[in-house]
Amino acid sequence: MSSEAVKKKMANPRVHMPELDATVRSRNFEEVNQGLTYEQAIEEAARCIQCKGRPCVEGCPVAVSIPEILDALVNENLSEAARILQADNALPAVCGRVCPQEQQCESKCVRGIKGDPVAIGYLERFVADWAMQHASELPAEAPATATGKKVAIVGCGPAGLTAAGSLARQGHHVVIFEALHDTGGVLRYGIPEFRLPKEIIDQEVARLLDLGVTIECNVIIGKTLTLAQLRAEFDAVFIANGAGLPMMLNLPGENLKGVYSANEFLTRVNLMEAGRRDDSSTPILTGDSVAVIGGGNTAMDCVRTARRLGAGRAMIVYRRTEAEMPARVEEIKHAKEEGIEFFLLTAPLEVKGDTEGWVNGLTCQQMELGEPDDSGRRRPVPVPGSDFFLEADVVVNAIGTRPNPLLTAAAPELKLNRWGNIACDENGATNLPGVFAGGDIVRGGATVILAMGDGKKAASAIHRYLTGVNE
Amino acid sequence: MHKILLKEMLAERTWHMRLHAPLVARKCEPGQFLMLRIRENGERIPLTIADWDRNAGTIDIYFQELGATTHLLATLSVGDSVRDVVGPLGNPSEIEKVPGTFVMVGGGFGIAAGYPVARGFKEAGNRVVAVLGARTKDLLICEEMLKAVCDEVLVATNDGSYGTQGVVSDVLRTLLERGEDISLVFPVGPPIMMKIISGMTRPLGIKTVVSLNSVMVDGTGMCGSCRVTVGGKTRFVCSEGIDFDGHEVDWDEMMSRQKMYGTQESEALSNYHHNGACMGGSL
Repeated sequence: MSSEAVKKKMANPRVHMPELDATVRSRNFEEVNQGLTYEQAIEEAARCIQCKGRPCVEGCPVAVSIPEILDALVNENLSEAARILQADNALPAVCGRVCPQEQQCESKCVRGIKGDPVAIGYLERFVADWAMQHASELPAEAPATATGKKVAIVGCGPAGLTAAGSLARQGHHVVIFEALHDTGGVLRYGIPEFRLPKEIIDQEVARLLDLGVTIECNVIIGKTLTLAQLRAEFDAVFIANGAGLPMMLNLPGENLKGVYSANEFLTRVNLMEAGRRDDSSTPILTGDSVAVIGGGNTAMDCVRTARRLGAGRAMIVYRRTEAEMPARVEEIKHAKEEGIEFFLLTAPLEVKGDTEGWVNGLTCQQMELGEPDDSGRRRPVPVPGSDFFLEADVVVNAIGTRPNPLLTAAAPELKLNRWGNIACDENGATNLPGVFAGGDIVRGGATVILAMGDGKKAASAIHRYLTGVNE
Repeated sequence: MHKILLKEMLAERTWHMRLHAPLVARKCEPGQFLMLRIRENGERIPLTIADWDRNAGTIDIYFQELGATTHLLATLSVGDSVRDVVGPLGNPSEIEKVPGTFVMVGGGFGIAAGYPVARGFKEAGNRVVAVLGARTKDLLICEEMLKAVCDEVLVATNDGSYGTQGVVSDVLRTLLERGEDISLVFPVGPPIMMKIISGMTRPLGIKTVVSLNSVMVDGTGMCGSCRVTVGGKTRFVCSEGIDFDGHEVDWDEMMSRQKMYGTQESEALSNYHHNGACMGGSL
């Protein structure tokens, strides 16, 4: 590329994602981010300088061929961009929406050294959405030659779906076992539709079904079937059943009526459609003032959901400052625009209730930041005499999740670490031959893209295990 | 989809259904339950697995029409299907040979949930007595079934129309007074009944295991909707129970939490009666 052309590229500012108006969207479940226009996407893709080092690819846990996709996009060859993207990433329309790109691919982009990195996430989303809308025009993937090997996948979340895609493309017969009545795992029950429309999950799952993957819902490994049964019937097993067990507050009053775990609150609203459809028969307490405890993406999802269900006051209660919040910057920004109140450096001491057993608020304590703790973050320390009462008729606990022991309790032969996560090597191999694991059941609560990275890595390891051949 | 193979009314608003669910039937044990969802956008409700046939791949459930979902379930006929059935869930009841008598105390349609446990204790070589309670004779269910697996079946009706006049705790007291050597009491039914029975046995030091029925969503331990306080600790009924030490349960909290959706449930039921029933059960 001529230095003149590079200069021209460097002058273009990063594209801005069109969003729904905050006052309107804070009362509905429509997707906040509206996606780039065709012109915006082509122009943004042209900001990529096609650098030799390709650091963006290293920053992507599933190693999407980002420069090639952006190059195809610049040349307006959308079907080529779609082909490369879909081959590298089983769930690109999901990743384009929920990945923390600022910590991954975009954090490595050389354009970010001086100025803004290329909006890789927005472009990934654009290409994936284009591919979905033009699915019939895209050449069908050639089916892989069947290997005759059968692989069972436990859990239909991001790790399981990713592994299923990779393994099916290598010709293995894949069956996913899912405990809930629908697919997607946390994508379906956890992430609200204003961030990830269900239609997107359905379409991504449909692509896997087209590859020949079978999905069996309502089957709980550890209850309906055991790991031992799967090992007897399949050549390999990938366990990706997540970390779906809420950590409790362990505060007085946490069992009052109106106190939810984030998992329960979100499952009722997202999976069961409570409070959202007239024909949903699952109830939800909406609340006039809702306090959500925590500072991660799950807390943001809960508080923004509460607002959409009609809460006049929807509040975040977090014991550190905004700088320490694990939630994505974009989610915090969206929450603020939607009128969410932030009680920072605030720790709940007790959940208070009335004589009928209904929650009516939280006794909180003001905190200040002290010395750094083991994690390197400054430890919150209580300010003496700073107790105050925060009124709330619904409280949601979003402090985190732990691994669900249903499967592991029924499989004592499987080695765990001291936190109850499945112990495995960097390729996901457990102590049992042919049994691999990945995602939150290994990591504890982490991100969609890390789970997908585990799924992809484990799929390669499983392929090697089954065929003795590197891909 | 799970086909309904048998449906019979046992008492007013109380039904027995047999469903095709081979995966659940193959694995279930006494004391376990399933989650059932009738239709798309329907709610998930827990029901105890009262009986099963592993070869035929069938399971038996008993339910009372209490809310909109159970009302809708009762409108389905043999040959119809329910959308989702998942299980078996919860831990199987701990069935063992005990030194003295095993007493199953069943109230209302909870009697059906106690049946497989009573049968299990009988098969383990115990003397088994069932104490069954109903408001009136016409509402009593499963008596013959229990007679087939128990050494003795005693009945209490509130109005005295059958068996002893009174409640199940009266019968249990009579059993104790006549010198029955009771090792284990297993009450299953409305929480107030389980609370009263646990309160009775506690000062006597008689081990009492209760089968709790709390509000559930997923039934697999991922949400905590069903949580109760047992021995001062928060426990999840679906994954850590459903059986617990009746002497340790915080009954008042449990009963309070059961009413969390009282308003929504009555609204749903009245909507059902106003719209659902005449619109072909669109609930």
